[in-house]
Amino acid sequence: MGGHIVWFDAVAIGDRPQVGGKGASLGELCRAGIEVPPGFIVTTDAFRDFVDREGTRREREALEAAAIPETVASAVTRAYEALCDEADGEASAGARDLPVAVRSSATSEDAADASFAGLQDTYLWVRGSADVLAALRRCWASLYSEPAVAYRERLALQDDGVAMGVVIQRMVNPRAAGVMFTRSPQSGDPSVVAICASYGLGSAVVGGEVTPDEFVVNKVTGLVQKTTISDKALRHVPSDDGSGTREEPVPEELRSQPALGADEVRALTEIGRRIEKHYGCAQDIEWAVDAGGRIFVLQSRPETVWSARDRATAATPKAKSFDHVLSFFGNKRE
Amino acid sequence: MDTQTTNFPLPSEVRAAPGTEQTELYPYFTRFGPEDDGRFWFYNGMHFPEPIPAFDAITAEAPYMSLGAYNTRVFAVPTVLGIDHRIVNGRVYIIAVPVTDPAEIDRRLAVFQERAGYYFTNWDRLYAQWNGKIQALLGDIAAIEVPALPEFDDARVVTAGEGIAQNFYLIERFHTCVEAMLKMWQYHFEFLVLGYGAYLTFFDFCKKAFPEISVQTMARMVAGVDTLMMRPDDELKKLAVLAVEQGVDGAFVRGRSAADILSDLGSRNGSARLWLEAFAKAREPWFNISTGDGFYHHHRAWNDDLSLPFSAMVDYVADVRAGKSLARPTERLKDERERIAAEYRALLPSDDERAVFDQMLGLCHLVFPYVEDHKFYCENWIATAFFNKVREFGALLARHGFFADTEDVFQLHHTEVSLALSDLALAWASGSPPRGPGHWPAIVAERKRVLAVYADWAPPPALGPVPENISDPLLLMLWGITSEQLQAWSEPPGTGNTLRGFGASPGIVEGVAHVVRSVDEISTIREGEILVCPVTAPSWAPIFGKIKAAVSDIGGAMSHAAIVAREYGLPAVVGTGHATKRIVTGQRLRVDGTSGVVTILD
Repeated sequence: MGGHIVWFDAVAIGDRPQVGGKGASLGELCRAGIEVPPGFIVTTDAFRDFVDREGTRREREALEAAAIPETVASAVTRAYEALCDEADGEASAGARDLPVAVRSSATSEDAADASFAGLQDTYLWVRGSADVLAALRRCWASLYSEPAVAYRERLALQDDGVAMGVVIQRMVNPRAAGVMFTRSPQSGDPSVVAICASYGLGSAVVGGEVTPDEFVVNKVTGLVQKTTISDKALRHVPSDDGSGTREEPVPEELRSQPALGADEVRALTEIGRRIEKHYGCAQDIEWAVDAGGRIFVLQSRPETVWSARDRATAATPKAKSFDHVLSFFGNKRE
Repeated sequence: MDTQTTNFPLPSEVRAAPGTEQTELYPYFTRFGPEDDGRFWFYNGMHFPEPIPAFDAITAEAPYMSLGAYNTRVFAVPTVLGIDHRIVNGRVYIIAVPVTDPAEIDRRLAVFQERAGYYFTNWDRLYAQWNGKIQALLGDIAAIEVPALPEFDDARVVTAGEGIAQNFYLIERFHTCVEAMLKMWQYHFEFLVLGYGAYLTFFDFCKKAFPEISVQTMARMVAGVDTLMMRPDDELKKLAVLAVEQGVDGAFVRGRSAADILSDLGSRNGSARLWLEAFAKAREPWFNISTGDGFYHHHRAWNDDLSLPFSAMVDYVADVRAGKSLARPTERLKDERERIAAEYRALLPSDDERAVFDQMLGLCHLVFPYVEDHKFYCENWIATAFFNKVREFGALLARHGFFADTEDVFQLHHTEVSLALSDLALAWASGSPPRGPGHWPAIVAERKRVLAVYADWAPPPALGPVPENISDPLLLMLWGITSEQLQAWSEPPGTGNTLRGFGASPGIVEGVAHVVRSVDEISTIREGEILVCPVTAPSWAPIFGKIKAAVSDIGGAMSHAAIVAREYGLPAVVGTGHATKRIVTGQRLRVDGTSGVVTILD
């Protein structure tokens, strides 16, 4: 793989060094037949072309002021325009101002062993190639933000070793969005999928600004084991000027209604199971559902908390099956 | 759990129901004493949902005698001894006696490992032997002949030099009869604690591996599909199909009594004869199932009261005519059970855990046939045969004026029946009239009055101080009780419009409630209603074909009702504590069998 940009469907999980964790994951999802909002990744080669130029200091302020190399800028602009053209008929035709999300995809981010969640920037609802390029540059620079640098120091990761891809993908205007764990975040139970859902963009859920509805679905029987409907006071929606997002109150009559219908819960569970099966381990998934009920996966990464604890609870077989009963009745439970 | 937050009365605070203060129906050892105030008692409403007549106290006495013996003395179960029971206002309260001293537990464990290990190792052989013992016991009960007490004894006493007169046999045979009941309960518990132990061990493992798994789901992995308890209902379906095939289905008219249907068929010939032969064949043994669960004398076998099976057959015949398939989807149920188990197994994180899962589930499948099938023989067939035999003694006493009606014999404790028979044996011997006719009628009348008063008494779900936590796994399994459940029960029954229980069978439906307090009322259930009852008996399966959902006061996810509800795909919530008190017939309900919530919509 070479070049400055690469489309999702040409990426697999092994391409992390070129596209970063998030980009690799989206590409892999795409190849696994999971619907993700279409887009491309600005590769780590492009990032290096940007930061490695003579006289560029690896500091946030300096990078935010630096110019993007011409070859990179034109590749990104061409890919963005292709994305606009592809969406023609669905968005404003020919205007080439398709709203996109511009998301950091650091090579060390989203690794199973180091959850970098939220330490790099994401820009939503970005329109037009000039704004896309500006958001791209801010993403790159965010790799050198104070918290990101401190986090790497704590994990003893080399600053030189990290690089960043940037995902640029079509924005979904979600009716509802949220996160989904393919095992219980509370108990670690691997037989359930837990879905947190609220109205509008998923950022309100991820950022903890709203208490989402929770649906706990049994993977084996398909039954919804638990439904907790919350009072969802606010939602994040695209800004009125079509660029960026804003917060607004949820209409009174919707606040205490379930954010998802039974079919959507079922469909999400199925998607969660497919992704988990594809990766062979429990996943933490961000998703969105648009006004038409179409579900998109925005991100999937390995669940880190409970997977690390599994090893500690192993039971061992006994010589005779009934030995288990004898120990159990003798209060010698394992 | 904080004892301050619960409000169960102490046993000493429970007053005799008004107007019953002077009457005692049950033996002295069943009465609460002052020392009982320090202990925590459950109302055993699962087995004793109605006030128990004096005779029926034997169905508390006999099982606790046996269950306790196996736990305490035979297998030496390490952490729990037997069950103490008390009866107040006709209701049975129980407590399991725990072993808490670790040294004592270890000492018992050594014995338990050896003895329980022997039973598990030789399970199949011992179970085959058990079946033989049960058949022999059935034969023993059938062979009991109640002496007629003729004016002159049989000549054989003389010619064979037997040297024993009929009045001896009167005493002996009643004892034989009571002993058969005690023996049945001994056999009943021979394997049961070990069988449940296999379930509990598996459930405990599942709970650790899958903390959010429901008991319902675990039960689905364990439960068998072809059990004896399913057979009677299957037989009714087969007879319904046969009636249509043979063109005699016209006899099965809704509202017609069993006797009318049978006499209609008896008046026809040809294919009706064929149906009657098949019917006679199905009756033995399958109509020995009880309409209740064998704990009360009025739980009659289908053979004694054909109304339940015939009203079910009328419905089944209508279904067959309408082209509905009655066959239970056993293959699908089996496949589903295996799929669920395989998928859970695959979710385990290591090969070791998968091996443990296989061992434990394998053991559950080994014990399942006993755990399910013993009910058909014990509580159904033998219990109903026993009560019928007691009826024969009752008929003899009634003939001699001890009371007006055969059924009155059940107002006497079994030791009192012994006394009455001694009275009769003496009178037959002396030639004087027995004293009983001047003694028992007033007592019988008073006890009937008192039972009616008891029926209106609302028993608290528990008595005494609530312990920190209820840890006895056997009680948890059998009664479906947890600390949370106790907390919920201790709330006054009149608050809110929701009841919480165990989701025993998944699904959500809305419909009209029909509250059924006793087995005698179950034929009043109409198509599409929601059954609300204290506890469901295994033989109610036929009405599960009519109802939309089931709600009970008592019961756990492994109760037979839960298994049947899952097979019929009906939502069921069991163990709600108060459903029959909170809900009235005609109210609209929403039953959520997944989460275990019942909502009163009116």
